[in-house]
Amino acid sequence: MAGPRYIADDPANLRAVELDGLVALFHAPSGMTHVVAPPAPQILEALGEGPGDARAILERIRARYDVDDEEAAGAIEARLAELEAAGLVRRA
Amino acid sequence: MRHELSLAIGPVSFRVGSAWKGPVDALAGLYADYPAPDDVCDFTVRLEPEKPWRRWLRPSVAIHGDYMLPDAVPLSLAHGLLAAEMGMNLQMALGQKSFLLLHAATVEKDGRALILTGESGAGKSTLSALLGESGWRLMGDEFALLDCATGHLHPFPRAISLKNGAIAVMERVAGEGRFGPVMEDTPKGRIRHLKPRADAIARMREPARPALILFPRFGEARAMRAVGPAEVFVRLTQASTNYVALGARGFDALSGLVAGCPALAIDYPDTETALGLVDELWQGLPE
Repeated sequence: MAGPRYIADDPANLRAVELDGLVALFHAPSGMTHVVAPPAPQILEALGEGPGDARAILERIRARYDVDDEEAAGAIEARLAELEAAGLVRRA
Repeated sequence: MRHELSLAIGPVSFRVGSAWKGPVDALAGLYADYPAPDDVCDFTVRLEPEKPWRRWLRPSVAIHGDYMLPDAVPLSLAHGLLAAEMGMNLQMALGQKSFLLLHAATVEKDGRALILTGESGAGKSTLSALLGESGWRLMGDEFALLDCATGHLHPFPRAISLKNGAIAVMERVAGEGRFGPVMEDTPKGRIRHLKPRADAIARMREPARPALILFPRFGEARAMRAVGPAEVFVRLTQASTNYVALGARGFDALSGLVAGCPALAIDYPDTETALGLVDELWQGLPE
C-alpha cells in the first residue's frame, strides 16, 4: 500500500547554507531556522521534482546517491515526519 | 525627566532620564569622553521610582524605556548606575534592528576583529578588558554588532562592567581615574565600571572585519578544540538577542560570519594562560 504523498514548501520560501555536512535552513513563512542532517536536505531536493510518497522519494534519491535501501527507507520516513512538523513539507 | 543625559556609544545613541541626580551624574562621569549624539537618540531609558513615594522613602529604581520586560525587579538607588547600564542593555537587546546583536566581547588588531563569546562567567568581559590594555583595541565587552549589509563588526565600547574578582585584576593594570564607583551587593555581586582606553572611544565609529571566533571557558585546564561551523552557527543563534526578529537578514549575516571565520573553544585556568592562547591562535591565522 502506498504511504502518504508529500509536497515540499515553495523553494522560494527557503534559504539553505551548507555547514560542514549539515545544512542550515531558514524558512521565511515561519521565521524558523533548522539545522538538518542528511537525508533531510536530499528529501527536500527530491520533492523539488514534484510531490511523492516515501518510496518515490527513495527512488529519486537513489538516482543521485549511493544508498542502502533498507536503512534509507526508515530514515526517509522518520525525517519526513520531522519535516512535516517543521512546516517544510506537507501532505499533497 | 528631572535629570537627563544623551550619549553615543559606537553607532547607537541613548537618552537616559532619571528621577534622581545620582545615576545621571555617575553616568556622566563614566562617559565624559564620549561624543554627544549627532541626531535623535535611538533608545530611551527611564529610571523612575517604582511607586511615586519611593523617590524618597527607601528609594528603588525601576527601569523603563521603549522596550520593557515585565516583572523586572527594581534596584536600590545605590545601584542606580547599574540600573542605567541594564536599561541600556535591555533597549539594545530587545530593540536593535540595524545590527545582528551577539552577546559577545570583541577586540581588534590591524583591522581584524576577534570575537569572544560564551555564557556569563566564561570570562569574556575580563579577557576583552585585558586585551584592550595590551595592544588590542577594545570594541566592546558585552555586545558585538554585526552589520547585516557588510558583514563587518561595529564597536560598542560602553564602560566595561567588571564583576567580583575581575575588579582587582583590572585595578592592577588600569589607572584609578578610569574607574567608576564600587557597587557592593548588587544582584550580580560587586560591580565596578572601567572606562575603555581613549583610543577605543576615539575610534568607536570604525568597524572591523571578523577574523576569529573563540568560545572561552574559565576554570579548566589549558585546552583548545576546533568548533565545527554547524555548532558555531547554533551557538551564535543562542548568543544573539535579535536573531529571530531579523528574519532572513539575520540568517544571511550569521551564515556569512560562520563561513568566513575559524572558531575554537578554549579552556583556561587563569587569565595569563588565556592571553597566551589568544596570542598563539591569532599568530596562526592566515593573513
